[in-house]
Amino acid sequence: MDIKKLGKLFVTCFYISAFTFGGGFVIVTFMKKKFVDELKWISDEEMLDYAALAQSSPGAIAVNAAILVGWKVCGLIGMLVAVLATILPPMIIISIISFIYDIFITNPIVKLVLEGMQIGVAAVILSVSIDLGINVVKQKNILFILIIVGAFIADMVFNVNVIITILSCALIGIIKIIYDKVKREVIE
Amino acid sequence: MIYLELLWSFIQIGLFSIGGGYAAIPLIQTQTVEIHNWLSMSEFTDLVTIAEMTPGPIAVNSATFVGIRIAGLPGAVIATIGVILPSIFIVSLLAYIYRKYKSAKGLDSILSCLRPAVVALIASAGIAMLITAVSTGEVMMYGISITSIVIFILAFFCLRKFKFNPILVMVACGIINLIVSFIF
Repeated sequence: MDIKKLGKLFVTCFYISAFTFGGGFVIVTFMKKKFVDELKWISDEEMLDYAALAQSSPGAIAVNAAILVGWKVCGLIGMLVAVLATILPPMIIISIISFIYDIFITNPIVKLVLEGMQIGVAAVILSVSIDLGINVVKQKNILFILIIVGAFIADMVFNVNVIITILSCALIGIIKIIYDKVKREVIE
Repeated sequence: MIYLELLWSFIQIGLFSIGGGYAAIPLIQTQTVEIHNWLSMSEFTDLVTIAEMTPGPIAVNSATFVGIRIAGLPGAVIATIGVILPSIFIVSLLAYIYRKYKSAKGLDSILSCLRPAVVALIASAGIAMLITAVSTGEVMMYGISITSIVIFILAFFCLRKFKFNPILVMVACGIINLIVSFIF
C-alpha cells in the first residue's frame, strides 16, 4: 500500500471538494484537471466514462466520482480515503453554518435577508428546471413528454411519494427495453 | 430510535436521487419536511439556499444540517453515512461491471425514462419553495406578498435573460428584500 499516494489522493480530493462551487459537473471538470492532466493517474477517456457513470448512478455526483477515482488509484482503501476527503469539507462547513444559523435566525435583519434569498433560490431552481425541461422536450419523444407531465401532476396534484414516482418511471424504462427488443426481433 | 430514523431516511435520499445535484431536492423535501417534520418548509428553503452557496453536494450538506439539528454531531455523521452508503455499494458494483464489459447499455434506457420524471419533481419542489417564499414579506394581498412576487420576477428575468450567476442573484434578492422592508 502506497501511503504517499493515498496522502496525495486525500489532499487532492479534499482540496477539490472544498473549493468547487456549483455542483457535480464542475467537480468532474476539476477532477479531470488534477487526476488526468497533472497527476496522470487516469486516462482522459476513462475520466469521461467516470463522469458518465457518476452522473447516472444514484447519489451525489462528486461522491460517485470520488468512489470511481479512489478504486482506480488505490483500490478499496483508496475509495474510502477519496470519499472521506470529499465529504469532510462540506461536513465541516455546514456544521459551522448550522451553529451560526441557530444563533442568527432570530435576528430580524438576518431573517429578512434569508427571506429574500428564499425568493432567489426558488427562481434559481425553477430556472434550472426550465433548462432541463427544454432538453427533454427537444428530444421530441412523446413518451418522455408524457412522463414529465405525469410525474408533475402526480407530485403537485396527488402528492404521490417521490420514490413511487421514480420507481414507476424506472419500470417504464424496463418495459421500454423489452418492447424495443421484441420489436427488433419481429422485424428481423 | 432517532439515529436509525436518520440513517434510513438518508439512505433513501441517497438511493433515489438519480441525476445529481438538484435531483436530491424533492427527496430531501419529502423525507425531512413531509414525512418526519424535522424541518419547516421555510427552514428547508434556507437549507437549499445555504447548500447553493457552499461547496459540496446538496445531499451531503443537508445530511449534515438536518443531522446536527435533530441529534447533534453524531446525528450529522450518521445521516451523512446514510446518504453515501447506497453510492458506495452501487457505484463500486457499476465500476466492476464497467471494467468487465466496458458498457452499460440497459442502464441508459432506464435513465432516459427517469430523467423527465426527475425534471418534473425538481420543478414541483421549486414551486413549493416559491409558494413558501412569497407567503411572507411586505405589502400582502390575498396572502401573497407583492414585493416578494416583484423580486421573484426580477430574479427570474436576470437568470433567464442575462444568465447572471445564481449565487449573485440570491445575494441580491436578500439585500433587496432587506432594503424594501426598511422602506415600507
